[in-house]
Amino acid sequence: MIEVSHLTKRYGDKYAVNDISFSVKEGEILGFLGPNGAGKSTTMNMLTGYLSSNEGSVKIAGIDILEDPSAAKKHIGYLPEQPPLYMDMTVKEYLNFMYELKGCKLKRDAHLAEICDLVKITNVYNRVIKNLSKGYKQRVGLAQALVGNPDVLILDEPTVGLDPKQIIEIRSLIKHLGKKHTVILSSHILPEVQSVCERVIIINSGKLVADDTEINLSNSLAQQHRIVARIAGPEETVLRAISGISGVKQVLQLGTKEPDSFDFQIEAEQGTDIRRSLFNVLCDRKWPVLALDSGEMTLEDIFLKLTSDDSTNMRKNRVKVKTGRKNYESIIDGTNPWAAAAEKTKKEDEE
Amino acid sequence: MYAIYKRELKSYFSSAIGFVIVTAFVFFGSLFFALDNIMNDTSNMSSLFSSLVLIYVFIIPVLTMKTFSEEKRQKTDQALLTSPVSLGGIVMGKFLAALTVYAIGLSCTAVFGIILASCASVEPWVIVGNIVGLLLVGAALIAIGIFISNITESQVIAAIAGIFIMLLLFLIENISALIPVQFIQDVIKSISISARYTNFALGIFNLADAFFYLSVAALFVFFTVRMLEKRRWS
Repeated sequence: MIEVSHLTKRYGDKYAVNDISFSVKEGEILGFLGPNGAGKSTTMNMLTGYLSSNEGSVKIAGIDILEDPSAAKKHIGYLPEQPPLYMDMTVKEYLNFMYELKGCKLKRDAHLAEICDLVKITNVYNRVIKNLSKGYKQRVGLAQALVGNPDVLILDEPTVGLDPKQIIEIRSLIKHLGKKHTVILSSHILPEVQSVCERVIIINSGKLVADDTEINLSNSLAQQHRIVARIAGPEETVLRAISGISGVKQVLQLGTKEPDSFDFQIEAEQGTDIRRSLFNVLCDRKWPVLALDSGEMTLEDIFLKLTSDDSTNMRKNRVKVKTGRKNYESIIDGTNPWAAAAEKTKKEDEE
Repeated sequence: MYAIYKRELKSYFSSAIGFVIVTAFVFFGSLFFALDNIMNDTSNMSSLFSSLVLIYVFIIPVLTMKTFSEEKRQKTDQALLTSPVSLGGIVMGKFLAALTVYAIGLSCTAVFGIILASCASVEPWVIVGNIVGLLLVGAALIAIGIFISNITESQVIAAIAGIFIMLLLFLIENISALIPVQFIQDVIKSISISARYTNFALGIFNLADAFFYLSVAALFVFFTVRMLEKRRWS
């Protein structure tokens, strides 16, 4: 449905988006993840034809957005970061305007009523947009994107500034929309992407750093064994005792987070479950366990790791890293793919 | 394009701006009509029309100031530019809406002509020619105003820059007198809005003059489209 290849946007000699390629299948909900200023909005603006790319191409339903913009744009419903609302219009006037602007051919009244019902703005239909709350404005923005029943929905941070109840509503709405539409959703909120999207793309400093499905992600996550335990007992003795358990690879002291207790990060060897033996050891010595947390990497950790300074080094070293599942695995293994790759090129350079 | 035209026209009259502008047209039109025609007991409307051009130089920037600047500030241009409408359609929709408001204001001068015709003999074609002339001047100035509005995000800057530039075009004939070179004087004179209007005021319909205003309008509409296009690439 959406075909993006080698998309690049430069401002002067600064790269806002640098060589991004991905494709989205019909009916897929794609999460577009990245810190502020990563190039999410720029990419979305290029997808929708608001900005032009310096290099690369965007194809929507097989139509190049630059070659035949009008035809391609007919397939897109776009909710930008700030909803493009005319404050002096009523919701009714505004949606009718968008209806005409998009040259929509569906039955007007029925279509608009259906959309209003879907995003729950029927009760403010005759009110001036200026006077609506932020949540309602956001919904009107979403309604605008839905006018004309486009195949592709591109939503730029759709839940920003909403209260928790509204966020949940909008998320379930997006999930619902994903059944009929292809959706791209950008966000820097991880649980949002986790709860809504089937596939995740992570970008940082304009570069694509990961492209994988959520299921793949959690699979990789499940493979690792890391436990964080809060134990009330003498630090050094506890450390020695835990290190002695068979299957323990490494124990890290994390310091005191609660009075009279110490936190430890325990890493087990691949494929071993040390929880039972850990319990037995601590039980024998009468050291109460105050907290036990599977220190598994969440999407949050991966996100931070992927978007941390290492990626800047990567850019400096002009290292091309293949994206995909491999990245996660090597990160989870504890080795950093970029550092390794950077070293490799360094060596090559020296040679 | 029609959707944009309709929305623009509605927005002029859902806020005060459309009414203020039409009121200004009618007020100043009536004022000059009273001063030039009624006080002087004449049915010659030439001086009324010449004075009106100067008033329009101040009113038109106000009419066009928010066409694009406000869209950019409110980010509503994202909705326009990502909709299946061509850039030319967007600009023309806005241009025609502004021209319509201007024409509504201008229509009061026709009323003055009818008032005069009821109590004295008038030259109807002079009046018609003048109204057509003012429409053409308006089209040219509106196109320039829209172009300026497209450069900035601030309505105030758009209005002030518009008044400055249009006034300059209006007064440029007088400025040209300061330059002793005849060739430069001729060039400046040929782009002066007021000098071109002299013929219309006298009731002479010169095709070259009409063509001048039309090409200025077309040129600036084109420039505005190119500016929109360029912004996407920068």
